[in-house]
Amino acid sequence: MTFFILASGLTLVFGVLRILNLAHGSLFMLGAYFSYQVTVWLGNFWFAILFAPLICAGIGVILERVLLRSVYNIDVHFQLLLTFGLILVLEDFAKFVWGVAYKTVSEPDLLKGIVPMLGTGYPRYNLFVILVGILVGIAVWLLLAKTRVGKMVRAASSDREMASGSGINVPRLYTLVFAFGAWLAGLAGVMAAPLRSITMDLGGRTIVEAFAVVVIGGLGSIPGALLGSIILGQLNAFGIVYLSRFEMAFMYILMAIVLLIRPRGLIVKEAV
Amino acid sequence: MDDSIILETKSLWKNFGSLSAVAGVDLQFKKRELASVIGPNGAGKTTLFNLITGKLKPSQGAVYFQGKEITGLKPHRIARIGIGRIFQITNLFPELTAYENIRVAVLANLRESKRMLTLDNKLHNVNEETDRIIELIGLADKKDAQCGVLSHGDQRLIEVGVALAIEPHLLLLDEPTGGMGPEETDEMVGFIRDLNEKQDITILLVEHDMSVVFSVSERIVVMHQGTVIADGLSDKIRENEKVKEAYLGEE
Amino acid sequence: MKKRSSTKPHPLYLPTLYWLVMGVIVLLLAPLFLSEFHIVFVTEIYIMGLFALAFNLLFGYTGLLSFGHAAYFALGAYTTGLILIRVTPSIPLAFLVGFATATLAAWIIGFLCVRLDEIYFAMLTLAFGMMIHTVIWQWDSLTGGADGLVGIPRPHFLSIDLSSITAYYYFTLIVVGICAAILWIITRSPFGLTLKSIRENHERVEYLGLNMKRYRLIAFVISGFFSGVAGALFGPFEMAIAPETAFWTKSAEPVFMSLVGGMHIFLAPLAGAGIFMFLKEIISGYTEYWMFPLGAILIILVIFLRGGIIGFIHEKLLAIRGLD
Repeated sequence: MTFFILASGLTLVFGVLRILNLAHGSLFMLGAYFSYQVTVWLGNFWFAILFAPLICAGIGVILERVLLRSVYNIDVHFQLLLTFGLILVLEDFAKFVWGVAYKTVSEPDLLKGIVPMLGTGYPRYNLFVILVGILVGIAVWLLLAKTRVGKMVRAASSDREMASGSGINVPRLYTLVFAFGAWLAGLAGVMAAPLRSITMDLGGRTIVEAFAVVVIGGLGSIPGALLGSIILGQLNAFGIVYLSRFEMAFMYILMAIVLLIRPRGLIVKEAV
Repeated sequence: MDDSIILETKSLWKNFGSLSAVAGVDLQFKKRELASVIGPNGAGKTTLFNLITGKLKPSQGAVYFQGKEITGLKPHRIARIGIGRIFQITNLFPELTAYENIRVAVLANLRESKRMLTLDNKLHNVNEETDRIIELIGLADKKDAQCGVLSHGDQRLIEVGVALAIEPHLLLLDEPTGGMGPEETDEMVGFIRDLNEKQDITILLVEHDMSVVFSVSERIVVMHQGTVIADGLSDKIRENEKVKEAYLGEE
Repeated sequence: MKKRSSTKPHPLYLPTLYWLVMGVIVLLLAPLFLSEFHIVFVTEIYIMGLFALAFNLLFGYTGLLSFGHAAYFALGAYTTGLILIRVTPSIPLAFLVGFATATLAAWIIGFLCVRLDEIYFAMLTLAFGMMIHTVIWQWDSLTGGADGLVGIPRPHFLSIDLSSITAYYYFTLIVVGICAAILWIITRSPFGLTLKSIRENHERVEYLGLNMKRYRLIAFVISGFFSGVAGALFGPFEMAIAPETAFWTKSAEPVFMSLVGGMHIFLAPLAGAGIFMFLKEIISGYTEYWMFPLGAILIILVIFLRGGIIGFIHEKLLAIRGLD
């Protein structure tokens, strides 16, 4: 489910800004680190959930305004390379601030323990993550479908010129969308923090998986991100059981298949 | 099939969802004709060109070139058999020089494009042919300029040069004088006439500039909303009621 | 600036050929002046430089950004290494198998990838690259898995013992030199011009009667082949290979080198390799945070200096010559 949150941020940014942000995974990584830091300072994981994504959103604003603006109109290859440079910068930033040793965060006491379900037990925290994922999905859908801002976002994603022609402040919208994408990445990072060890190379590693999710689901489509993360989740489970060693490759194989047969993804939606 | 027919379309349809951009077009063009295809915006003229040159596949119908069916062939096949085209929006290789733009086309035509272990400038037949075309379009003095920085008119000429380099029997010109001033337009018109009369190339023109249309073509095909509403000699077309309606209706 | 008289050429002006010859002589004599550490360092620059040149054929000349090119390098390295260790310490055989494996992979993968454009192409090459990485990582009985392949020998070649650092330097220099020369001819050939036109406008090329995908594939295969050569050289050089060589971030190195050097000038990626490794070496000497400056440089290059450093210098030189 954390992948859904992460992937929806990535796909949203692509859908509107038409930029595939390689550093999205790095924002995820920062979200995880910030959750650690907030927990250390304020002693409370709930604060981490509140603040860490916001910090990431703030970073997103800075990145968009300072860097991305310069590359909107140039070749997409350069955009990719710029965001790749960001991965390097952010990874070392994390190394500088938090050092090389991996960090851990534990889930809040409220969410510890196992809930007996369906014959076996399921960790309470994982259920919480699923719940948050669902809430995020609904929230994003509501935002996009029902609010004025959401309508502007959808307009800008399908036709930027028309949108700015109708008086929408497109640059500000872009910043907003990118910041929201960063917020989602940060949130995913916070959610994922108790589930794994936090290291600074998370950026480079998770982005590939996020790509797989987004490509399979469809670049720009949030339901696609959901579908993609579910499929990948199943695939990983299936792969681990039957072909344990090469299960990672399944993800890439599926990604390749989708790209070759339906490059737009399984859910073809023009706008978000 | 009649030997003198170079291009024929039969019941050509192209649908985009519920919209029919081309709705049943039957046309025949004779060798060495110089005809214009005109019509209000959205009439389907460019779509028709796209269907002929393989950029789009027809939803229905067929296209024949020199008696053989070419429906649905890929663009590079169609270019190989002798149909050349220029596009509405300038469609060149911007960072290459004018000379290189033409040269790539000449290389393709002389089937030398795959040679990788020879220095390009050593191919004398290619050099000659490229120079010839550069001369023909009158850009010998600008040939080493990056074509992206040349004037619009010059770029259109390079477009024509590139299209000519593949030695087409049929040339489809999509708004060749688009964006040109009066002098440049006259030059282009003269050039087009020369191509048709001296080089025996059949030419189909899509044009919005009516003065060009009437001065250059003997035959005019008028399209409206995907069908041909009139087809004949220029005087007749001028007087045609349906044509007037179509254009007036646009305003 | 004073206008120069037209009879006096600028002191830096010499035909490129002279520069080239002088450069080659410098490179040939270098081991006499350099410490062992530096000889090794320069050898690695040659190898990575070849990789960058191979990559740039696809990127700078054909306009295709591959995020999975490390795969061909790694395949060349691993297969060469495996042959040397497990079959026979014969350089010709090992190298040939290495080249062939990389080329075959490039053919298959390239065939599938060239039907896509831009982002989708990049994503697909990334996917395939990572597939190969996974296979290398997981097939530990063959490749040594996460521990990598160690103990690659440097046998005799043409009765010269390659285990000496200087010998391997010259060996690498000659191989890279030949490959660079071939690549240079290719870029200056009709095929090279055709690739450039594909870069500029891949749709238009079809209307010239050319099957664009086939040309892209050929470029992809050539690029894969020379990447494999670089990989093959790398195995015995390091005498060990790790699976990280195939990870996608490793594929970014030739991109970086091409960008730093310059995408549109033939030898620039080679210079870019030198600059990259030089920077990395210097920066690592001062701080462990070497990724930050490299990332920052990459960002600055993308925004301000897309023609690369050599590209920048080249422009300035042209301006100077223009004053004559």
